[in-house]
Amino acid sequence: MKMSIREAINQTLHQEMERDERVIVLGEDVASDQGGVYGITDGLPAKFGLHRVIDTPITESAIVGAAGGAALTGLRPVAELMFVDFLGVCLDQILNQIAKFRYMFGGQARTPVVIRTMIGAGTGTGPQHSQILYPLLAAIPGIKVVTPANAADAKGLLTTAIRDDDPVIFCEHKALYMDECEVPEGEYLLPFGQARTAVEGSDITIVGMSRTAVIAEEAASALSQQGVNAEVLDLRTLSPLDEGAVLESLAKTGRVVVVDEANPYCSMASEIAGLVVERGFDLLDAPVKRVTSPHTPVPATPCLEAEYVPNVERVIAAVQETLDY
Amino acid sequence: MSPEKLADAYRLMKTIREFEERMRSEYQQGKLPGFIHIYRNQEAIAVAACLDMTNEDYIASTHRGHGHCIAKGCEIEAMLLELACKEDGLCNGKGGSMHIADMSKGMLGANAIVGGGPPIAAGAALTAKTLGNGAISMAFIGDGASDQGTVAESLNLAVVLQLPMIFMYENNRYAEFTKSPKPDGRIAERAGAFGMPAEVIDGSDFFAMYDACQRAITRGREGGGPTAIEAVCNRYYGHFEGDAQAYRDQDELAQERAVSDPIPRFLADPRAAALTPEKVAEIDAAIMAEIDRGFDVTYAAADPTPDKLYTDVYIQYEGRLR
Ligand SMILES: Cc1ncc(C[n+]2csc(CCOP(=O)(O)OP(=O)(O)O)c2C)c(N)n1
Ligand SMILES: [Mg+2]
Repeated sequence: MKMSIREAINQTLHQEMERDERVIVLGEDVASDQGGVYGITDGLPAKFGLHRVIDTPITESAIVGAAGGAALTGLRPVAELMFVDFLGVCLDQILNQIAKFRYMFGGQARTPVVIRTMIGAGTGTGPQHSQILYPLLAAIPGIKVVTPANAADAKGLLTTAIRDDDPVIFCEHKALYMDECEVPEGEYLLPFGQARTAVEGSDITIVGMSRTAVIAEEAASALSQQGVNAEVLDLRTLSPLDEGAVLESLAKTGRVVVVDEANPYCSMASEIAGLVVERGFDLLDAPVKRVTSPHTPVPATPCLEAEYVPNVERVIAAVQETLDY
Repeated sequence: MSPEKLADAYRLMKTIREFEERMRSEYQQGKLPGFIHIYRNQEAIAVAACLDMTNEDYIASTHRGHGHCIAKGCEIEAMLLELACKEDGLCNGKGGSMHIADMSKGMLGANAIVGGGPPIAAGAALTAKTLGNGAISMAFIGDGASDQGTVAESLNLAVVLQLPMIFMYENNRYAEFTKSPKPDGRIAERAGAFGMPAEVIDGSDFFAMYDACQRAITRGREGGGPTAIEAVCNRYYGHFEGDAQAYRDQDELAQERAVSDPIPRFLADPRAAALTPEKVAEIDAAIMAEIDRGFDVTYAAADPTPDKLYTDVYIQYEGRLR
């Protein structure tokens, strides 16, 4: 069935809450009539009751921390951190608590918590509501980071996330919510750490994640008009990272461009570039190229925000440069 | 209250009202970017709070910050340029509605992080206390924001350090789409429990608000430490512009709207008698002209050039930005 990412996430929450009564949803406005700011939790309170769909005060440390504590003691909470920018409010609970229970308790702990959060620029909401931040999260040992780029993946990866016994941060790009595609009916799980080949090609590999996977696909389709066969790899999960898929594609194409909406330093683009240089050096016909946002905050200014985010034109230019090397 | 001050109070409240109504209609026509949160019917709070402040005093605002800016003396035209994200805006167009700031007026920023403001205001109060300059600092805090850990921590710090600070709670009884579960007065009670005077005031009664603010400001300036005020009010429009408030009981909303308008109440108060209808008409005309002029300038103004993306990340930086 064709549905949007927003609908796919909503459907998955319904299915998983139905399947396992230890799954609860908590966050700000999640039990409101409109199902949160984007309607993601629509219909859940009516079906599962306010004891399982819990509206919280505006207290991110307590929301995320309590979700972690509940997970540690037997529930499977799906907490909503409305915007990933609010990580600033609750980082301790993620960084020092949830991520470390398993290790520092010597393997005694299970923390099956999912933190759903909205990422990305493009809505003109400025520096404190538009960040990407997933590289920061992917750098933390003990948590997994998921970045779906389409509705089918959102369903498959969220189902896996909810059933996973480790903490997972599930990043939803706000500019993709309405994007539609065919989504498998019924139960659908996708394994973590398996990238998706979105477009097959032989001339160059374009690596993307979340919205940049979509941008990479658009660039590939424009490039095919010019006779360039680009392969597009969507990482799908950033931690674990499918290093093998990147290297396999590189073996085929000999060239890599990575597109990442994060700020450039210590980005996923840097991570992939490092991987390619370290383990695929002999396969490279040209230097790996990174297309990222700049080392600036996200401006509220729409015209500057458009300049900030990687776009199809910049990807095409990077591909051309790499091919011309 | 002197006739001049009375006229100022009216002018500021009415400016906020007309500014916000015009913002709303321009936004609905798709002429303004981002998210905007309208301050209607809360005007008496910002104006009473800031009327006796100078540019040396500080406020830290919220996502619903346009009224706070105007009350603190920000220029209408510079504000509009900012809200439209133009190059000559207060923040060169980079902040927009949720991050508008004017350091020259002691306006330390709207804030898109709920609960982000109070620690900053506490820091400004610490500056005032350390320099011993008699300045005070105020944090505006929504009823929803009142639950944040940052707010509790700031309450405690302000008491421990005896800071010249005011916690100005605006209890409009809604946080986004969720009705406040707390009875009126609970917020002040909680603040008071930290060890500071805390009052509950009708936020649509300008004169009551002004008296309470004077007490708090005097206390702060004289080294008496922090004060909390819970101003009870009503959120007239939706959370952000475009939210039709379908989740609210419409009869109750209509009723609340009618009783919570601070402007007619101010004009009907015997203490405002010195403000003649002629004077009111004159002020009104000037306000409308100023807002019209502001929008004319704004729509004719230039967008920032692309290179502006890279300015003001740092004061000085030896690294590469792109
Ligand atoms: C840290 C953080 N959490 C959540 C939000 C989303 N949010 C924006 S405004 C708001 C409600 C705030 O309610 P209140 O403090 O009562 O202020 P009001 O909107 O009523 O003026 C929420 C939850 C945010 N911006 N920042
Ligand atoms: Mg409120």
